[in-house]
Amino acid sequence: MTRPDLSTLADDLAADLDGAFTAYVRATADGIFSGSLRMLGDRRDAEDVMQETYSRAYTALQGYSNERIRNLKVRGWTWTIAANLSRNRLRSRARKPTAPLGALEVAATGAGTEDAALSEIGGVLQRALLDLPFPQRAAVVMRHVLDLSYDDIATALDRPVGTVKADVHRGLARLRRAYPEETTR
Amino acid sequence: MTDRLITDLRDLMTAAPQAAINAAIAVSSVADGYVTRQSPLGPLYVAFNQRGVSAVDLADSPADFEQRFNDLYGRQALPVDRLPDQIERHLDTAIETGKPGRLPLDFSGLTEFSAAVLRKTAEIPGGQVRPYGWVAREIGKPGAVRAVGSALARNPVPVVVPCHRVVRSDGHLGNYSLGDPENKRLLLEAEGLDVVEYQSLSGRGIRFTGSNTTNIFCNPTCHHARRTSPGHTVEFRSEQSALSAGFRPCKVCRPAAMAA
Repeated sequence: MTRPDLSTLADDLAADLDGAFTAYVRATADGIFSGSLRMLGDRRDAEDVMQETYSRAYTALQGYSNERIRNLKVRGWTWTIAANLSRNRLRSRARKPTAPLGALEVAATGAGTEDAALSEIGGVLQRALLDLPFPQRAAVVMRHVLDLSYDDIATALDRPVGTVKADVHRGLARLRRAYPEETTR
Repeated sequence: MTDRLITDLRDLMTAAPQAAINAAIAVSSVADGYVTRQSPLGPLYVAFNQRGVSAVDLADSPADFEQRFNDLYGRQALPVDRLPDQIERHLDTAIETGKPGRLPLDFSGLTEFSAAVLRKTAEIPGGQVRPYGWVAREIGKPGAVRAVGSALARNPVPVVVPCHRVVRSDGHLGNYSLGDPENKRLLLEAEGLDVVEYQSLSGRGIRFTGSNTTNIFCNPTCHHARRTSPGHTVEFRSEQSALSAGFRPCKVCRPAAMAA
């Protein structure tokens, strides 16, 4: 996966929201999709979150001043929206116990569409991720799948940097116990 | 020495599906999303944005549709594989019945007049037709018959706003904006109108039919007119002749201005 250069995106969005919006989506969509997918374990839910994230982002950006947009840390800000939506979706799913078990669905749909070896590793690790409490899962996914900075994660999750670091640390420790055969080489 | 867990986590990064990226871009005003649906006329291209369905069109290919859309609206049309809930819930019924119902429509690029023409046209029931002049009178612009024709010719959402149900009163069906002009007849026949019979009636100069048991007159394709048995049907060439024969206009199809 390429990790696109986002340095000029805030300036571009401030200068011409509509002109830069396509580039903004293209530059951030893989991250929003992957992150939501790994937090929720369900492709359809991830697509829903992604769609809603950009819809809210667009509406918000329309109301922001140029200066406010220029000062945005675009990825972290977008994740503020996406993390909230992911958390809400988990909650609403918890209230509807008939919803499909996320991890199983990923394993089932991933097999045909992705590299087989990757999806097999992904399946085990995905299930282990879904066993983490949401704050740890979100922090681990944002730090180690998406490569966001701790500052961005703290902003996105609205938690202190120290708490986020502790969540990543605890989350990784739990993953190592759940995923022992793969942890070192 | 690499940490396998960390590299495996990094490998969980995956590409977003193209259709989902398109749908995300289509939340902005630079692009609309589109899907295709089957219809009696062939595949229909249906574009939408945050406000609702923005275009319904026939085209030879996706590229052809995208080009036409861009030329007309100055925005891109991007293929997506799912619709916003409100559109998903009502689109298929709207296409099937030729009635928007609760399907949100994007009339934002239209004049108030054009939007009024389309809203009125949307009220015409399936299998029935009304003259251009009827729409003009109903929206309070009785002199604007030609302008109604132009507004319908530019209907961005044919089929769901059934401009095929607005016809000339002289036995000709009139123009149709969606593909072949014969499509107007095809759609009307598909929804059960006997087009030949209607054309022969209007071709003889008959504008209204009434029932001599109720003394009510209707547009000839009105549901109530069609329930009248042939022995009781009376034909009228004008509103005036119906009124002077002691008939009153039907309250459902409103063939003439109601007395104030």
